[in-house]
Amino acid sequence: WHHSVQTKTKKTLAKPNIRNIVVVDGVRTPFLLSGTSYKDLMPHDVARAALTGLLHRTSVPKEVVDYIIFGTVIQEVKTSNVAREAALGAGFSDKTPAHTVTMACISANQAMTTGVGLIASGQCDVVVAGGVELMSDIPIRHSRKMRKLMLDLNKAKSVGQRLSVISKFRLNFLAPELPAVAEFSTSETMGHSADRLAAAFAVSRLEQDEYALRSHSLAKKAQDEGLLSDVVPFKVPGKDTVTKDNGIRPSSLEQMAKLKPAFIRPYGTVTAANSSFLTDGASAMLIMAEEKALAMGYKPKAYLRDFMYVSQDPKDQLLLGPTYATPKVLEKAGLTMNDIDAFEFHEAFSGQILANFKAMDSDWFAQNYMGRKTKIGLPPLEKFNNWGGSLSLGHPFGATGCRLVMAAANRLRKEGGQYGLVAACAAGGQGHAMIVEAYPK
Amino acid sequence: MVACRAIGILGRFSAFRILRSRGYICRNFTESSALLTRTHINYGVKGDVAVIRINSPNSKVNTLNKELHSEFIEVMNEIWASDQIRSAVLISSKPGCFIAGADINMLAACKTPQEVTQISQEAQRTFEKLEKSTKPVVAAISGSCLGGGLELAVSCQYRIATKDRKTVLGTPEVLLGILPGAGGTQRLPKMVGVPAAFDMMLTGRNIRADRAKKMGLVDQLVEPLGPGLKPPEERTIEYLEEVAITFAKGLADKKISPKRDKGLVEKLTAYAMTIPFVRQQVYKKVEEKVRKQTKGLYPAPLKIIDVVKTGIEQGSDAGYLSESQKFGELAMTKESKALMGLYHGQVLCKKNKFGAPQKDVKHLAILGAGLMGAGIAQVSVDKGLKTLLKDATLTGLGRGQQQVFKGLNDKVKKKALTSFERDSIFSNLTGQLDYQGFEKADMVIEAVFEDLSLKHRVLKEVEAVIPDHCVFASNTSALPISEIAAVSKRPEKVIGMHYFSPVDKMQLLEIITTEKTSKDTSASAVAVGLKQGKVIIVVKDGPGFYTTRCLAPMMSEVIRILQEGVDPKKLDSLTTSFGFPVGAATLVDEVGVDVAKHVAEDLGKAFGERFGGGNPELLTQMVSKGFLGRKSGKGFYIYQEGVKNKNLNSDMDSILASLKIPPKSEVSSDEDIQFRLVTSFVNEAVMCLQEGILATPAEGDIGAVFGLGFPPCLGGPFCFVDLYGAQKLVDRLKKYEAAYGKQFTPCQLLADHANSPNKKFYQ
Repeated sequence: WHHSVQTKTKKTLAKPNIRNIVVVDGVRTPFLLSGTSYKDLMPHDVARAALTGLLHRTSVPKEVVDYIIFGTVIQEVKTSNVAREAALGAGFSDKTPAHTVTMACISANQAMTTGVGLIASGQCDVVVAGGVELMSDIPIRHSRKMRKLMLDLNKAKSVGQRLSVISKFRLNFLAPELPAVAEFSTSETMGHSADRLAAAFAVSRLEQDEYALRSHSLAKKAQDEGLLSDVVPFKVPGKDTVTKDNGIRPSSLEQMAKLKPAFIRPYGTVTAANSSFLTDGASAMLIMAEEKALAMGYKPKAYLRDFMYVSQDPKDQLLLGPTYATPKVLEKAGLTMNDIDAFEFHEAFSGQILANFKAMDSDWFAQNYMGRKTKIGLPPLEKFNNWGGSLSLGHPFGATGCRLVMAAANRLRKEGGQYGLVAACAAGGQGHAMIVEAYPK
Repeated sequence: MVACRAIGILGRFSAFRILRSRGYICRNFTESSALLTRTHINYGVKGDVAVIRINSPNSKVNTLNKELHSEFIEVMNEIWASDQIRSAVLISSKPGCFIAGADINMLAACKTPQEVTQISQEAQRTFEKLEKSTKPVVAAISGSCLGGGLELAVSCQYRIATKDRKTVLGTPEVLLGILPGAGGTQRLPKMVGVPAAFDMMLTGRNIRADRAKKMGLVDQLVEPLGPGLKPPEERTIEYLEEVAITFAKGLADKKISPKRDKGLVEKLTAYAMTIPFVRQQVYKKVEEKVRKQTKGLYPAPLKIIDVVKTGIEQGSDAGYLSESQKFGELAMTKESKALMGLYHGQVLCKKNKFGAPQKDVKHLAILGAGLMGAGIAQVSVDKGLKTLLKDATLTGLGRGQQQVFKGLNDKVKKKALTSFERDSIFSNLTGQLDYQGFEKADMVIEAVFEDLSLKHRVLKEVEAVIPDHCVFASNTSALPISEIAAVSKRPEKVIGMHYFSPVDKMQLLEIITTEKTSKDTSASAVAVGLKQGKVIIVVKDGPGFYTTRCLAPMMSEVIRILQEGVDPKKLDSLTTSFGFPVGAATLVDEVGVDVAKHVAEDLGKAFGERFGGGNPELLTQMVSKGFLGRKSGKGFYIYQEGVKNKNLNSDMDSILASLKIPPKSEVSSDEDIQFRLVTSFVNEAVMCLQEGILATPAEGDIGAVFGLGFPPCLGGPFCFVDLYGAQKLVDRLKKYEAAYGKQFTPCQLLADHANSPNKKFYQ
């Protein structure tokens, strides 16, 4: 027992008549800048690496796994149920069903909470939840017109019919269609929205650069000290074994100040250096009913406790999910900000994190937009993303949720403390927060 | 229904929009105490940048008037004299308005062209000084930046605009019969190129910020912000100011160049315009187009071309001089006075004189998914009203739903909406065949077929299902509302709402109140109409109300003229050259011959001989042959899909021949034919005022111009009487009365005006 925890006599968040759900352990592949070592793989390859890593780490017998759920955002059309393809390839039983969920940057969170639901309702005892994203390759499609022509051509029977279909071909049909990088409802890219959000909360460029530098410095330190224990090595076919995240680049404020704005030009404040980068990677975690884990002789890492999904205006409040979700999940769990020992927030952009901070610290915002009498209050920075965050470690959209939970669980074990709070924003103006409770040692 | 295509000048009146402001913004900034005496403009200094804030007192908008102008000069002189200040930002404190234009009343107060010219020259001098300022001035534009406001902005060294829907730039002067008189005609061609400048100044169209950026009218855009630590609007203006300050500093430090990179097309155009021959061709083309469209009835567009030409060909001194002189001349024209009168009338008709209704209409139900019903649905759903659209058949309903979708989708094609916004708006519409949900309706508008017994039936059906507070509005063009209300259990809740087709294009809504209609019902109907974006006149009940009633005698005269052997094409050209947007024969085809017949019969019965003239048999025969106008493909003309130039329907010859009457030579000159039509219209309009159908002449003018296409250059029937002279009109009427009888007997009120020349409808 860590000294500081012993002095706090906190209750546990167990609820009567509801099964306790535990994280046995969780792993992830190294998160890589897209276009680097994973660039020739397919998403299910990376997901498979996380799954085999999990099997290795936990030695869980494959046949006890009741269900597998993965989150992903940009779907590879050939493996639209990437969870199933990865599981089969990783050697899980073909009798174990698997499905894939999508909820933008909180897809892995959705995978985990879906698993929590299955266990809590008694449907399953053992679930593997994870997420994957491969931004090195994205499905670029033929245009709608070209697709229509090709489908019509398929249906055409005679040579005459075929010729008549082909005669409709125009050169502009060949223009490709890229997957939308913008919010569908508003046509605005996330970086653009983040820049506007930062401006709305009067977050300066310097503040953003300083925060990004903090994230990279802390990640570097955690990496050097071997704290990122959820990372499992990945032998990439035809390439060297990848053992660590490659996006951690502590720079200097002077260097960062030189960058031009990436979205709102020429005067915006969001740059490549204070945004999360396009990342390839996968994560996976083993979730069980507590009694099952104990019966199997596991020493779980943490409990998964209350969670909360929120959503709000996808235009002007796209990235404020953590602000909305945090007080709600705390209230649900009967905790206050002071009870939290480890905060793990998803860092989409420095500006987004700092805007959330300002919103949480504002009575005006709380009163006018959240229906609260007073502000939520700031998370203490010394407890916040201490081992780096999405800005520095990387952010494979579908996989980040599990990384956040494992970071919280591992930090609680390492730093001592009982409760962790995980929160994230997602495209569509949605958000998620969850309480992670350390498993007594 | 009275259909009338809104084309040409008429359609462009949408440029006048009432500018709404959501209150003032209070911000803290340091002011030197000596400056606090100014009422329109103040400035504070941030570092070495002066922030000049415009905020006209007691008004939702900033307008360029004499006080604002002189305060601006004072402020600029202080800024130029200050050693501390190196650059400046010019910004409005009012959200939604930079400067909405020059003060129209300031021009209206002038008695001579020289006075107006002097105002123009003073502004020219100030703006020239501003243009030559060695300390860069950045215009930070949020909200409407129109007319003189735009001329001020283009005289600054740099422009930054908020990219929102409220921010529009434009030179609407032409719509008021004048020209940009503060250097606009000289600076705009240099800034955006001659063709684009002509387009702006000749159409008066509003240009949104993103388009303005592409044209080179503004240099940077600022995105509107959402909620942060302050209300979004307040923070957005603050942000605009912050961004503008960084650019002002950058310009002062020469880190930013005020010069813009031009695209290839723009460069080529600019090069082409350096060739005198090309320029001459451009002037010629533009002039031809303007002549064709205005038929010489509007002097302003030609003068604009002339002034621009003078500036380019003879240098800016000559250009500025010409601009100020022509500005003075134009301000004194009848056309300008007529158009300004319409502007004022429109402002008036955008207000709810009944005050706020007790209950806001949130749920609207429409009966009948025909052209009108669906049109009303379209202008309701896109303003956020939850709307039920009920029809009797699935086919009819489907057609109506498709009409609404198409109307919205056309806006997507024009990039006025995103496809997502379209879908979200469309979800406000529920199509149905029954009365489900009517128990929640706050207002029902029926737009079923024009048949009294049918209207009675639906009214009874509806009253059985709607809540007590629900208003029942009837969309009819001629059936008296009191007759419809006769079967109502609650006649105080029954009102007429006469929309014009196509509903999404025509701005007018004629609201008809009966003796029994309650004030709150009227307030509710006006509130809904305003929400739908309509210009509203409220009239008393009576056969044909106001608009249809005015049109009827003119239509009767149209028939007589055709019977007298004038062919429809000639008649059309006589009416359009008088300023009507649609020719008289074409109008009958557009309205529908059956509808015209219906109205003619109804009103003929009500008004008897006065509405005689042409033989209604002409319409009866056309209907029996199936010549119903555009909708049936044949009327006076033949309408074919994809054929632009319509041909005369030769099958009409025999009908016309059988009803032919000899023309009376003393009243059959081209001018007489035009005046026979116009005087019959005007006489009836004045009689509506006399009888109290109309409450004010202004509403009569707005109704005639926006609903019926009365020539805008004449300002409406009442304005026309004032400008043309009541005596001259009465003389004409008497001449026609002598030839044809009662139809042309001048009404008492018109005669009164003729007898006392000081009497005017507009004082």
